[in-house]
Amino acid sequence: MSYKPTIPIGPYHPLQEEPEFYKLVVDGEKVVDVDVRIGYNHRGIEKISEAKTFDQSLFIVERICGICSSSHPIACAQAVEDIGNIEVPERALYIRTIVQELERLHSHMLWVGLAGHFLGYNTVFMWGWKYREPICDIMETVTGNRQNYAMMKVGGVRRDIEKEHISYILTRLDEFLGQLEMLKGAVLDDPVLHSRLKGVGILSKEDAIDYAALGPTARASGVDIDVRRDHPYAAYDRLKWNVIMGKNGDVFDKAVVRILEMFESVSIIRQCLDKMPSGAIDSNPKDIPPGEGIGQVEAPRGECFHYIRSDGSNSPVRHKIRAPTYMNFPTFRETVIGQTVSDATIILAAIDPCYCCTERMLIVDDSDKEVLKFQDLVRLSQEKTKKIKDKYGIK
Amino acid sequence: MTKSINVFHCSSGSCNNCDIEILDCLTPRFDLERFGIVLVGSIKHADVMLCTGSSNRMCEPILKRLYEMMPKPGFVLVWGACGSSRGLFKDSYNTGQPIDEILPVDVYIPGCPPKPEAAIAGVLKLIEKVNASRKNKK
Amino acid sequence: MTIDALLEKIKDRFGASILKADKHSQKRLYLDIDPKDIVDIVRFVFKDLGLRFNIASAVDEFECMEILYHFSFDRTGLELSLRVALKDKINPVVDTITAVTRSAWWIEREMHELFGIRFNGNKDLRRLLLPDDWPDGVYPLRKNFVVPKRDSRKA
Repeated sequence: MSYKPTIPIGPYHPLQEEPEFYKLVVDGEKVVDVDVRIGYNHRGIEKISEAKTFDQSLFIVERICGICSSSHPIACAQAVEDIGNIEVPERALYIRTIVQELERLHSHMLWVGLAGHFLGYNTVFMWGWKYREPICDIMETVTGNRQNYAMMKVGGVRRDIEKEHISYILTRLDEFLGQLEMLKGAVLDDPVLHSRLKGVGILSKEDAIDYAALGPTARASGVDIDVRRDHPYAAYDRLKWNVIMGKNGDVFDKAVVRILEMFESVSIIRQCLDKMPSGAIDSNPKDIPPGEGIGQVEAPRGECFHYIRSDGSNSPVRHKIRAPTYMNFPTFRETVIGQTVSDATIILAAIDPCYCCTERMLIVDDSDKEVLKFQDLVRLSQEKTKKIKDKYGIK
Repeated sequence: MTKSINVFHCSSGSCNNCDIEILDCLTPRFDLERFGIVLVGSIKHADVMLCTGSSNRMCEPILKRLYEMMPKPGFVLVWGACGSSRGLFKDSYNTGQPIDEILPVDVYIPGCPPKPEAAIAGVLKLIEKVNASRKNKK
Repeated sequence: MTIDALLEKIKDRFGASILKADKHSQKRLYLDIDPKDIVDIVRFVFKDLGLRFNIASAVDEFECMEILYHFSFDRTGLELSLRVALKDKINPVVDTITAVTRSAWWIEREMHELFGIRFNGNKDLRRLLLPDDWPDGVYPLRKNFVVPKRDSRKA
């Protein structure tokens, strides 16, 4: 099957007509300023949540972002459990961990595919998304759906992992690990990628702390934070795993952090399947007392934060939701100013925003006249990679 | 097999699940391309407008303008529960009318998100419609 | 640093500003503070104690407009929430904390457009999430804004 170069990533329509989302002002080849206008995805979920019961809110928060589809419900459930100090059975904690790590695997693999497309490694795009499919299959086996799992509830999980599924999961994970080894070698040893990505879009440690950056974006800059270790939840404090750190904060380090995290995720899932005790999966809480609670979860992009206030009734009085990309997006301004236009797409992709926001980018000059569209940016990025490949004599 | 069908994908405020499933359908496992489906980068080259999302207020005028720019006869395919009826977000202050009150929708693919198999079934229905309209034109 | 140590450190510097301290658990501390001291306390907590700014959440309560500033001390897994109660619910005003940390840049814009809170000293309170044609003075997350129930066939 030949790859058709016209496949775009994500929705393009706002770019064609409405000149907003990220407006990059350029001076020649360099980006000098960035302005942002979001709101295309604002669905008023916090207000909707106030009209629903605690149980119903979990289904809505799943649909905040398709790729963090288990992180938000776990954070929301934890916030409610924090209000009333509700216990969650051990087995449910392990199941939550397994679903979380499977989500991290499929999200990082999706990112690898997208980054490959922006860099002009189109086979990586197809390859990354093809090898993501077994993870979606495992999700379907465990939860019943490829996305939007509806697994979490306040006090536990909705579905159990059957004994007969465990060997299936372990086999698919073994195959996946083989593909990951190949990917790791391909990225860490490729001189073209080193040349293309090292020193590009550097976020310094001080800026990462000042902007309160999260997840791999922060860890690649040397900020040692990971909610799974710092504010332990689910079963993470019962397992052995490493926090992957970078040093330089450039796009290359962000890629390496994500790839190495996938190895840790496979190890965590295997440990969970081995250590998971039998027993109940739901503590069936009856009432939520008045009070306030906070739930924090390490989504693939960083910390998801939910704050819920209850007045003792069945609905939240206030439900504040903060997704990780909300804190990471402003770092784009720091990392792209001074860089060339051909690097703009990969720098934005490196913070791993919910991807439909990635292509809403427009380039203007000083007089606010539109100079380039997003497709042009992707093309420039792919051309830059090709020039480097030619320099190394690689086809 | 039918002539290739150019599809322009636009999202009016979706959670990305549907958008990812659309791209998944183009990957080797489900491979919608064997039906002649090609994603294009400009509405002016499109036969079909594929909409996802719960028609956020900021996206409504954009959807209308895009539909006007699409060469006719053009078809509108709506993907997902949000596209079909705004789904869970119908009671939000920032979602306006459902997409089928803004544009004339030809095919609905319900689901949250629709499984790729459901999507392929929907796409086949669309291909029937497109072929029927091309035959009528002759 | 334990939660008691954190409370002691803040009390030592700003004892007079703390109106109420609520230790919800060994990991959660809620402090009600005087709104006029918010910038100094945030500067102490962020710059001197090294806590990370999570987010700020505004809550439209019956008697006042509350803002909670959430901070994390990641090394020992603590959450500190500083609560300010703004008595004027019609035109709530508080000082901006963006001079202390740029991470509050977006959330102050969001709280301004969704709740109508003004932040003294913040010159960039443009629309962030709502459409440009959203009417001024209408704040959707306030309790007096009721989303009309709609039949799915009508807007």
